[in-house]
Amino acid sequence: MAINWFKYSAPSTFYGLAGKLIPWFAWPAAILFGIGFYIGFFVAPTDAVQSEAYRIIFIHVPASILSMFIYLIMAGYAALGLIFKTRLSAMMASALAPTGALFAFISLWTGALWGKPMWGAWWVWDARLTSELILLFLYLGFIALQASIEDPRRADRASALLAIIGSVNVPIIYYSVQWWNTLHQGSTIKFSGTSMHVAMQQSMFIMLVACWLYAIAIALARVRSIILERESNTQWVKEVRE
Amino acid sequence: MNRLSLISLLWLVIRRDLLLAMRRRADVLTTLIFFVMVVSLFPLGVGPEAEMLRKMAGGVLWVAALLSSMLSLPRMFAADHLDGTLEQMMLAPQSLTVMVLGKITAHWMLSGLPLVLIAPVLGLQFDMPVAAILTLMLALLLGTPVLSMIGAVGAALTLGLRGGGVLVSLLVLPLTIPVLIFGAGAVEAVNSGLDAVSNFALLGAFLLFALVFTPFVAAQALRISME
Amino acid sequence: MQSEPILEVSDLACERGEHRLFEGLNFAISSGELMRVQGENGKGKTTLLRTLCGFVQPAQGSVRWQGRDIHEWDDQFHSQMCYLGHANAIKDELSALENLRIGAGLAGIGVSESTALEVLRRMGLRRKEHLPVRVLSQGQRRRVALSRLLVGEAKLWILDEPLTALDVGAVTLMQELIGEHLSDRGMVIFTTHQPLQVTGVETRHLVLA
Repeated sequence: MAINWFKYSAPSTFYGLAGKLIPWFAWPAAILFGIGFYIGFFVAPTDAVQSEAYRIIFIHVPASILSMFIYLIMAGYAALGLIFKTRLSAMMASALAPTGALFAFISLWTGALWGKPMWGAWWVWDARLTSELILLFLYLGFIALQASIEDPRRADRASALLAIIGSVNVPIIYYSVQWWNTLHQGSTIKFSGTSMHVAMQQSMFIMLVACWLYAIAIALARVRSIILERESNTQWVKEVRE
Repeated sequence: MNRLSLISLLWLVIRRDLLLAMRRRADVLTTLIFFVMVVSLFPLGVGPEAEMLRKMAGGVLWVAALLSSMLSLPRMFAADHLDGTLEQMMLAPQSLTVMVLGKITAHWMLSGLPLVLIAPVLGLQFDMPVAAILTLMLALLLGTPVLSMIGAVGAALTLGLRGGGVLVSLLVLPLTIPVLIFGAGAVEAVNSGLDAVSNFALLGAFLLFALVFTPFVAAQALRISME
Repeated sequence: MQSEPILEVSDLACERGEHRLFEGLNFAISSGELMRVQGENGKGKTTLLRTLCGFVQPAQGSVRWQGRDIHEWDDQFHSQMCYLGHANAIKDELSALENLRIGAGLAGIGVSESTALEVLRRMGLRRKEHLPVRVLSQGQRRRVALSRLLVGEAKLWILDEPLTALDVGAVTLMQELIGEHLSDRGMVIFTTHQPLQVTGVETRHLVLA
């Protein structure tokens, strides 16, 4: 079994494997999105306090959770790439970054859309939203650094170091912002105190899994195109292109 | 050839950088002038109402300090990188980590410490009470080294890249937010009549944490950039 | 482990980006030998020299000093070699004397003022030792950079186009210094666009194609 894994750590073989795996993630993701949306928007009951507008949390919460989760995974791949010098790990980190940034962005937008009917403002300096904004900056910094360095090897290693430093900082930043928020008695976007209806929980969970599967599918697709680009000088890529 | 003791190496690097800066005084002054200018822009932007300015003062001075630090970061390694002396330092049979610590220290003495020293003058511009000014000075004293240290990692990663100061700022600013929060928070606390001990404790903790890790990480970042 | 200073390269391959510059490089150089690396621009001469210094990790193969990989040796290897790149590695704001002493100092080599002045005079910088390097000509600055070779006890000299900007007198001087270094059981690997010959020594050639 161990030998099999090593075989797939070569970009050329992983390319094929990734191609085969994508449908296994993409289709379930699409189906679950469909189910999740249905339950969230049609089946779950209207919330006593927040009426219809609350339904945006079915996108907001999974997006937030995933944006943070992806950052950790990205940093993990980056660390693997630095320690074991495997190029594929670095490519996976690069593939995940845009998706993570997208989720952070969606989280911010849906947070604003939720906030507007609730608070009358498009943006509130809620601790979680603020941390999310900073997380988006961290993603953008990672992407910007990669884009600025021409040598792919240096780009991989530099952005890997940045991702690792970022992941160490994320808890510190999160707690600082929490502290800052409580100090200033800022607004907190919170779901109404009552426990969540079963349908809401179901929808949330299904959407979370759907987002996760989507993220994997997209990352695999992106890493394939990164592999093609990076290895364009090699024989097997020339064969694929024919 | 001997391996210098860590202290002598540190001292040698600091002396070298200070000597170089002494012969290029303009660099140091521009950072200071920038700091003063940015701080002065705020009242022009938000109006001179005394009460509001007094409330904003801590935050404004901290943000200005952050921006000034960012601006001076490329200077840490850029000149040495261009003329090849950085390469020689990396080839020297000495601890690169200690040499980087030396450079960070010199950088702080030239870019961070002046800010601490001029802060009271600017604080008066904002009509800050004395207690707040002293708190600000202490907070800056603890915080600006951390800015130099985190900045060093950013400067090392972006060595020789186009986009210079802006790219480094993009990478480093998010990481300095905790320092900003607790630094400005200290001033705010004192203004509200509370004590800022916990803020200082945290700033001190950041300082120690950064001191232990950043020189090594920055040295690794240099190696990555110099390949 | 041999005590004879010797640099061995086996099956070395280097890349720049994703592009392989050369591979399968094998050679060894020992005391008293002079080797010139040749090749067209962009063929990897500078990358090779930097790989030999330990800056760059080779894509394949190894560089060994006295039988052991240079990355294992690390500082001990670096204390026995001296690298001169395209850049002079001198600070414009410092004088030639300060540059030499501080530069050497950072490498752990203590150089007294009198020794430094002697070295600079040998390099033809008499009466220019205390001027900021900024006011010296290109050729004089290169001489300041080269003066580093005369302090310390590096056995291996890795020189990337050492003769750039040097006038005829300085070129002759360099050839003399290299000759002395070789008789002193040192070794030199270099690249150059100008002719460099050392009397009585046969230059080995390594061509990167």
